[in-house]
Amino acid sequence: MRPFTYTRAKDATSAINQLAKNPNAKFLAGGTNLLDLMKEDVERPNELVDISELGLSEIKAITNGPQIGGVSIGGLGKNTDAANHSLIRQNYPLLTQAILAGASGQIRNMATNGGNLLQRTRCPYFYEVAMPCNKRQPNRNDGPSGCSALEGINRMHAIFGWTEKCVAVYPSDMAVALAALDAVVNVRNASGQERTISFTDFHRLPGDKPEQDTNLAHGELITAIELPKNNFAATSYYLKVRDRASYAFALVSVAAALEVNGSKIVKARIAMGGVAHKPWRALKAEKILVGKEATAANFKLAADAEMADAKPLEHNRFKVELGNRSIVLALQMALNGGKA
Amino acid sequence: MNDENEASQLTEDEKKLFEDLMPEDLDEILDTGVNRRHFLKLMTLAGGGVLAAQSAVAEQLFTKPIGLAPTDFSVASIENGVNVSFKVNGTTRKLMVDSRMTLLDTLRERLGLTGSKKGCDHGQCGACTVLVDGRRVLSCLSLAASCEGKTVQTIEGLAQGNNLHPMQAAFLKHDGFQCGFCTPGQICSAVALMDEAKNGHASYVTEAIRKQPGPVQLSNEEIRERMSGNLCRCGAYPNIVAAIREVHSGKPIEQTFRFSA
Repeated sequence: MRPFTYTRAKDATSAINQLAKNPNAKFLAGGTNLLDLMKEDVERPNELVDISELGLSEIKAITNGPQIGGVSIGGLGKNTDAANHSLIRQNYPLLTQAILAGASGQIRNMATNGGNLLQRTRCPYFYEVAMPCNKRQPNRNDGPSGCSALEGINRMHAIFGWTEKCVAVYPSDMAVALAALDAVVNVRNASGQERTISFTDFHRLPGDKPEQDTNLAHGELITAIELPKNNFAATSYYLKVRDRASYAFALVSVAAALEVNGSKIVKARIAMGGVAHKPWRALKAEKILVGKEATAANFKLAADAEMADAKPLEHNRFKVELGNRSIVLALQMALNGGKA
Repeated sequence: MNDENEASQLTEDEKKLFEDLMPEDLDEILDTGVNRRHFLKLMTLAGGGVLAAQSAVAEQLFTKPIGLAPTDFSVASIENGVNVSFKVNGTTRKLMVDSRMTLLDTLRERLGLTGSKKGCDHGQCGACTVLVDGRRVLSCLSLAASCEGKTVQTIEGLAQGNNLHPMQAAFLKHDGFQCGFCTPGQICSAVALMDEAKNGHASYVTEAIRKQPGPVQLSNEEIRERMSGNLCRCGAYPNIVAAIREVHSGKPIEQTFRFSA
C-alpha cells in the first residue's frame, strides 16, 4: 500500500474542509472497499480523513419537509443497523432484504450506508492494474487504457447502458432497493451547502467518462439517505441470483415493489442489479404494469418489454433470459409478501 | 521498541527444556522471548521424538502465545505514524503504528497475537475475524489507526484461564476443523452470531423479515447463511454448523463423526 497521511476528523465541517483542500484525499468510513482497492494499488489516495466516528448514524422518522412520513437513514450508520432497525424492517423490508443479500455479517457490521453507495465495480479488469481499463486509468498518458472486458471475459458484465469505454456493472445490492424505493441522497459540501440528489441521478452510466461512478463532487459528504413514505411494505421482494448461495455478487438481482388495489396494480417499482453501470430502473416494465391486473401473464409482458432493449456481450447472453425470469419471479414473490 | 508488551515469561521447567535441547539459543530466548524460529525448531525436535521425556513441559510451551521478539521491529520503518490506544483482550495497548497498518497486522506482528489469521487479506475469507466493541469485523480491512478507544477481542481472549469458551469446546466436540487455519475466525464469528440472534438480527433467509425484531431461533439454513463470510477449505462446514447449533440451542447435539476403531 502506498503511504498516506491519516487524520481522525472531529466534526463533519472540518472533515469536508480538509478533503476539499486536497484532490487526492479520500474519506475513510467502513473501509471495506477502499482499503481493499488501496492494497490492490487501484486507489492511491495520499491522505485519508477518517469520518467513521462523526455520528451521522441516526435512523428516524421524517416529521417535516417534502419527505414527511418517510424515514431518514444516517450516511455513516452501519449497514447492519439499517437492515435491522424496526422502522426499516416494518416500512421498507425491501431495503432490509437487499442489504442482507450483500456481503457477509462481518462486512455489514463495518460498511456504512453512504459508503455502500460509493462501492466501485468488481470488474476483474478494473482490479488488475496490469490490464488496460478506462475506469481505473482514464488518461492515456498514465498508462494503458481501453476496456479489457469489452472483448475479454465478460460473463459478469453489463447488458444495459454500456459503452465501448466501459461494460462494468455496479455491485451494491442496497442501492438497487433504494433505486426502487425512490430514495434521495442528502450531501453537504465545503461551503456548508446541502443538496439533495434523487437516487436515479446519483449513479451514472459510463458514457465517455467511466472513471466517474456518481454525480457526487469531490469533498461532498453523504449525510443521509431519505426514503419517501410508500405502500409497498407488504408487497415487495428483493431477489438475488448468484453463483453461490451466499456471499457472492449478483449475476442479476431484482428489487420489486407493488401497490395493489383489489387485483389491480396501482404502482409498480422495479430496479435491477448486476446488469448496468448503475442500479437499472426498469421503467418500461413499470409503465406496462400500472393499471393492469397483477397476474403472471402481465408480469411476463412487462419483463419482455424491459429485456427487449438488452444488449448482451459475448459471455453474458444468459443474463437476458435470467433477467426476464427474475423480473417475473420477483414480482410474483412481491405480490405474495415474499413467498414464491 | 517494547510497546509495553513483555516477552512471555518462561517457567523454570521451560528454561531447563531449552537449556537441554537448544542451548545455543538459550541466551537469545531469555533476552527476547520465544520467537517463531525457536518455536519451529522446538516443533522439529518434538517431531523427532526428542521431547518424549519433557512432553508435559513442551505441551505447555506449545499452547502458550509466542512473544514475538520486539527487536524484529524498528520505529524507523514507520511512515506517517499514528498514535493509537485500544483495549485488546482486556489490556490497554498503546502504540504508534504506520497509518497503513491493519488491525490484523498489528495484532499479529506488533502484539504477538497470532491467533487471528491472514488468509486472503482482502475481506473474502473471514480468517481474520475479531470482535471490535462486541461485533464481528474483518481485521484485515480495518486500519489499526481507526481503532482508537475501541475494545478488541481475539480468539486468545475467549477462554477464561483454562476454561474454554463454550463455542471453543463445541468446536472441539464436533470436530469443527481439519487444518485449523480458519478456526479462530470461525469461532469469533460464531460467538458474535449468538448475540446477533439474541438481538433479533435478520438474515437474507429470515422469513419474518417484516416483524418487530426479537430473538431468532437459528435453523441450519440460518447458520449457514450467517456464517457465509467464513470459508473453510477443508470443508468442515457440517461440523461447524453442529457446533454452533449446540451452543445456540443450549442442548447437546450428537456428533456427526465417529473415531475409527
